[in-house]
Amino acid sequence: MTLGVVMLVHTAFDRAEQMIRHWADAGCPVVVHVDRNVGQATHDAFVAALADLADVSFGRRYRGEWGMWGLIAASQAASRQLLDRYPQIQHVYLASGACLPLRPIAELKAYLAARPDTDFIESVTTGDVKWTVGGLDRERFTLRFPFSWKRQRQLFDGYVRLQRLLRVRRQIPAGITPHLGSQWWCLTRQTLTAILNDPRRAAFDTYFRQVWIPDECYYQTLARLHTRRLESRSLTLAKFDFQGKPHIFYDDHAELLARSGCFVARKIWPQAKALYHRFPSGSQADLEPHTGTIDRIFAQAVDRRTSGRRGLYMQSRFPFMERENGFTAVPYTVLQGFDAIIPDLAGWVTAQTGVVAHGHLFATDKAHFAGGAAIYRGGLSDNARLRDYNPKMFLTNLVWNGRDRHQCFQFGPADSQAIKWMLARDAQASVWVVTGGWAVSLFRSGKPASVVRSEAARLQQVESRFISALQSPDARSRRHIMTLAEFLGSPVDVLQAITDDMAGHRATALAQPPAMVDLDGFAAFLQDLKNQGMHPYLAGDFAHGNKMKSLRPQPRKAYVIGKK
Amino acid sequence: MLKARDLTAVQDRTGKIRPDDVLLFCTFRNEDQRLPYFVQYYRDLGIDHFLMVDNDSDDGGRDFLADQPDVSLWQTKAGYGAARHGIDWLTYLQGKYAHDHWALTVDVDEFFVYPFCDSRPIRALADWLDASEVRSFGALLLDMYPKGPVSAQPYQRGDDPFKTACWFDAGNYVMSRNTMLRNLWIQGGPRARMFFADKPRQAPALNKIPFVKWQHTYAYVSSTHMMLPRGLNLVYDQHGGEKTSGVLLHAKFIDTFSTRAAEEAVRAEHYASGREYKSYETRQGADPDFWCEWSERYINWRQLEGLGLMSKGNWA
Repeated sequence: MTLGVVMLVHTAFDRAEQMIRHWADAGCPVVVHVDRNVGQATHDAFVAALADLADVSFGRRYRGEWGMWGLIAASQAASRQLLDRYPQIQHVYLASGACLPLRPIAELKAYLAARPDTDFIESVTTGDVKWTVGGLDRERFTLRFPFSWKRQRQLFDGYVRLQRLLRVRRQIPAGITPHLGSQWWCLTRQTLTAILNDPRRAAFDTYFRQVWIPDECYYQTLARLHTRRLESRSLTLAKFDFQGKPHIFYDDHAELLARSGCFVARKIWPQAKALYHRFPSGSQADLEPHTGTIDRIFAQAVDRRTSGRRGLYMQSRFPFMERENGFTAVPYTVLQGFDAIIPDLAGWVTAQTGVVAHGHLFATDKAHFAGGAAIYRGGLSDNARLRDYNPKMFLTNLVWNGRDRHQCFQFGPADSQAIKWMLARDAQASVWVVTGGWAVSLFRSGKPASVVRSEAARLQQVESRFISALQSPDARSRRHIMTLAEFLGSPVDVLQAITDDMAGHRATALAQPPAMVDLDGFAAFLQDLKNQGMHPYLAGDFAHGNKMKSLRPQPRKAYVIGKK
Repeated sequence: MLKARDLTAVQDRTGKIRPDDVLLFCTFRNEDQRLPYFVQYYRDLGIDHFLMVDNDSDDGGRDFLADQPDVSLWQTKAGYGAARHGIDWLTYLQGKYAHDHWALTVDVDEFFVYPFCDSRPIRALADWLDASEVRSFGALLLDMYPKGPVSAQPYQRGDDPFKTACWFDAGNYVMSRNTMLRNLWIQGGPRARMFFADKPRQAPALNKIPFVKWQHTYAYVSSTHMMLPRGLNLVYDQHGGEKTSGVLLHAKFIDTFSTRAAEEAVRAEHYASGREYKSYETRQGADPDFWCEWSERYINWRQLEGLGLMSKGNWA
């Protein structure tokens, strides 16, 4: 039982030579294919360098371009040469100069000797793969692809469009079902010979010549016709990223590769000295390859490149905010109007739920961070001008920096309203509003209604605009809006709902409601405002007199008389 | 480029440049103290050849560089401001020597950090970018500062500046898109919060595109903040993904600062006639203490990655 190797080489000849010597030293005959694009001088020097190895020969040279037929022609000719010259060969391994044996080749030979009838070639039908480049899957078998995707992209794309327009559908040769898979295989002599000697080979070759990326489907499809036993996996560890480009292994992957138990890995960065020094290295001989960890790491990389970290804005991730599903990293809570009724709202919220409770982050004087800090996490300054220079990113930064905690902040009509629309549209925001809360603040200022009338009108107008934003059709935040009268009707229920919402499963029943301000005389104050010609409709309906009983407000049109 | 006339070769070793070499371009003035560590840092990263322009230094930096086997050195006495902060000189040299090379353009106080830089040389990054058909690589200029007044911890020639200036602001950067040149305009960090709180628009730009597969048709527009053709400025993803990116650790705030700031304000040749330097002068004397409770202490690139200041993207 012997293993033979077909090796495709087009670059990094010193490393290729090193690999060929590995295989040859282990008693594997090697047929090398040097790409036609390689200059004659380089080729000759390479051949001369390997002249001392009797069982290394060179195959006829073809021009191998990514996605084109040349690579198949090269491996066909080299395989033929290998099988003809070495009748004792039982398995043929297709490798490249950038493929590094991780385990001793003797272990690979023993593994194959124990499985003499098995072809190792990844081979799956088009419906089952998602890694095709350029959005072509089934069509790669039903259209023609005479143009190079790399060099002639416009012609390539144009010809695909034209064929789609003309509804061209190539006939797939009878008897075969297109399969795809990694181009690095290890086939038995029996299967490989049958593919090369197939009486219909000319017809197959003609067909596959104009299929797209034949090296991912030629052997993968035809092996199915002849195999006695096919294991649909490659013995070569090769990972591809979202553009269909192979991932490259570096020195820092050494442990990962060693633990994988894979026989061969690619692509190895030619200058990864530590890898070339360390491998092949011994392991338990009966180890089965398992690539779980490596798969996860590369899947994460693809994820990071395509989806990224939500709510992060930085020099290489700047999504159109409108398209982002949630502008910010994690959920947060906005409370409006509550602090007018509950003086120590932040303290109470923190005690109840353990979340970070800020004051009015968008107050006009400064950002009131939790604990009154002048600088908060990540180096955010409480300076209002700095904040208002880019208020949206002030908020995205705040949430990103504190993404390990739930944060909540107070908002109100007296604050800068620059993030109004963001609070309406951000799916991560949970916005609780008691409308008319500002009326309590004005009431508690002790000033008569005649003095605060215009301020009341202004705050009401600002708040009603915020409510309109929250109620707009494209608002996506979780919104809970109630009038002051409604809130005062059942404050404990509302506060319980808020703490449940913030603390999630950790929420507990409210031990006791927070201290609330004394509203004795508030109804009279509201009536006074009305008597002054200003209707505080957002506060809801309060029964006349001092009793704080609320009535359910009817929807109504906003009107404000006299704003001076 | 008429700026060619400004340049006189002091030591021209460009004949040694091989086709695959990664090149570094830098212009400097009176940086003798910083140069040894700078050269060592980038040599360790795998820079093959340094192309340096000395803007009329009167310290020993020129002699030091001329002795380095991998440095080519030019000098000029022309004005730094008139040559767009030295970019004109470098553009000339890049056009002449960097065509088809990966070129890193940095200041003497900027230290390039990219994903896996502790285990993979810069050539690995260049090869990977080539394979990914990426032509330019973005980085955030991250201002580093010591704990306590800058002058309290003197910098010794050859020292790692980040032994003392090892703190940074992790999450106060704001950005917007420049619709004309398509680059991101990033501001923030300690300078914005200390010096520009009342005029944030004037805070220095922190977006950089330092690493480029150079073609002679390319040019930096304003320092290394943006480039032409403008497609090179698209170092960021706009659909939610993260492109691979790095950080330029900015060792601006080490103790040479106080004397430098005073000097530069007089020279008034830096950006907008030294506006930035004048701010330092007036706001803090010239000895600021940037440190705050939330300052982050620098560990390595993985930390910066985790904080969201740079990204591995799909390089794994």
